[in-house]
Amino acid sequence: MCLGIPGQIVEITDTERQLAMADVSGVKREVSLAPVSDRPLADLVDEWVLIHVGFAMAVIDADEAAETLEALRGLGEAQETLEQIAEGERAFMEDRA
Amino acid sequence: MRYVQEFRDPVAAKGVLAAIARVADEIGVTKEDPVHIMEICGGHTHAIFRYGLDKLVHEGVEFIHGPGCPVCVLPMSRVDECVELAERPEVIFTTFGDAMRVPGTRKSLMQAKADGADIRMVYSPLDALELARRNPEREVVFFGLGFETTTPSTALSIQQAAREGLTNFTVFCNHITVPPPIRALLSDPHMVLDGFVGPGHVSMVIGVHPYDFIAEEFGKPLVVSGFEPLDLLQSVLMVIEQIRDGRAEIENQYARVVPEYGNPVSLAAIEDVYEPRPSFEWRGLGEIDESGLRICDRYSAFDAEAKFGIGYGAAAGRAVVEEPEGCACGLVMTGRAKPTECPQFGRGCTPEMPLGALMVSSEGACAAYWQYGGARAVEAAE
Ligand code: SF4
Repeated sequence: MCLGIPGQIVEITDTERQLAMADVSGVKREVSLAPVSDRPLADLVDEWVLIHVGFAMAVIDADEAAETLEALRGLGEAQETLEQIAEGERAFMEDRA
Repeated sequence: MRYVQEFRDPVAAKGVLAAIARVADEIGVTKEDPVHIMEICGGHTHAIFRYGLDKLVHEGVEFIHGPGCPVCVLPMSRVDECVELAERPEVIFTTFGDAMRVPGTRKSLMQAKADGADIRMVYSPLDALELARRNPEREVVFFGLGFETTTPSTALSIQQAAREGLTNFTVFCNHITVPPPIRALLSDPHMVLDGFVGPGHVSMVIGVHPYDFIAEEFGKPLVVSGFEPLDLLQSVLMVIEQIRDGRAEIENQYARVVPEYGNPVSLAAIEDVYEPRPSFEWRGLGEIDESGLRICDRYSAFDAEAKFGIGYGAAAGRAVVEEPEGCACGLVMTGRAKPTECPQFGRGCTPEMPLGALMVSSEGACAAYWQYGGARAVEAAE
């Protein structure tokens, strides 16, 4: 929860809510671009961002992203975050009729 | 998996380790009379153990593991309040998975879920918002947990809920801030800290200046650090160079990600949505002044404490809960005991069956000790 994970912005999905699809280590996850919205959203496509609990907190360069990912893998945190993203998906399947 | 990870860049690490040794010798610190450097952030604690940094640095440099893991400082009483909320039939209680196994006095959220409470693990408050949209007849409560890294995401989600006019989304707010516990620790006459390694991802949001008081009022250095092993070693070097030179400054080792003044959008959202609580309870540290955030009156419709009359919002006040017997979490958290000195370590308390919160998360000092060699210490002692 405390360490961010790098992801690459793939496309803007909801301009009004400032949401975008990000590629996080091969997993697609919708994230909020609100914290980095001081630049035009369209300019963020293809950029790397540091994602904390679904929010892009900072734009980083590709090298920094790669190094951060490697460090997270070393700590076992990358896998943990991907599992949490999958867990987030499951939360919707528990809706009771 | 009890092994220590190799470095990505061993040559660079060797160079920094040698520089640390040189400066440590210049200061004249020894194993018996070391400098005490607190790494505040649980992510740093995890990295230090993972890479065995405490063993690699000069023996005159001792790491004290700080209170920077939000799961670890969550008091039992707050877990009880979560369970109480989650057990209301109308509530869907949403939480980060990290908090599921923290013991409460009655049960953990994991046990409450097994007993039938509708508790959903989410990755993001965005998931909780979406659950509220899809379940208009239910009350979706999001367990807002964490330091300044997650604080803005909860605030931005509340602002979004307000824009959409959602009436079934509330936050049980447990957001806490890093600087006040540091002030509390520094004001404690038993404390022997000589300098700090500060959490980089917190400063990505708040910048470096909220720490100015550490240098100005207490004369101690702090270096904001990334969490890669090389970042940590460089930061340790920067701290002890300051100590050698008699300087006390707030420096930024992680400038490639941390802007001096933080993230303006996040800071504005924090400012808009929260206000400081007069005080907030920390496990092992007790109530600390202005160390927690509450949702301000303008957004009280999204405050679970106000809506359900629970916790600090309860008319009768909050129940005070004693720590479990034999648990040394408080002593470990203030650097006065090593995890292995706790009588429960590895006996009544393991990651599978945690008694104290420091054993729950991989960022807790006890879990880190256990995972990277502490278990062997217990085996050897038996
Ligand atoms: S071993 Fe368990 S009870 Fe003892 S200090 Fe660590 S977390 Fe607390």
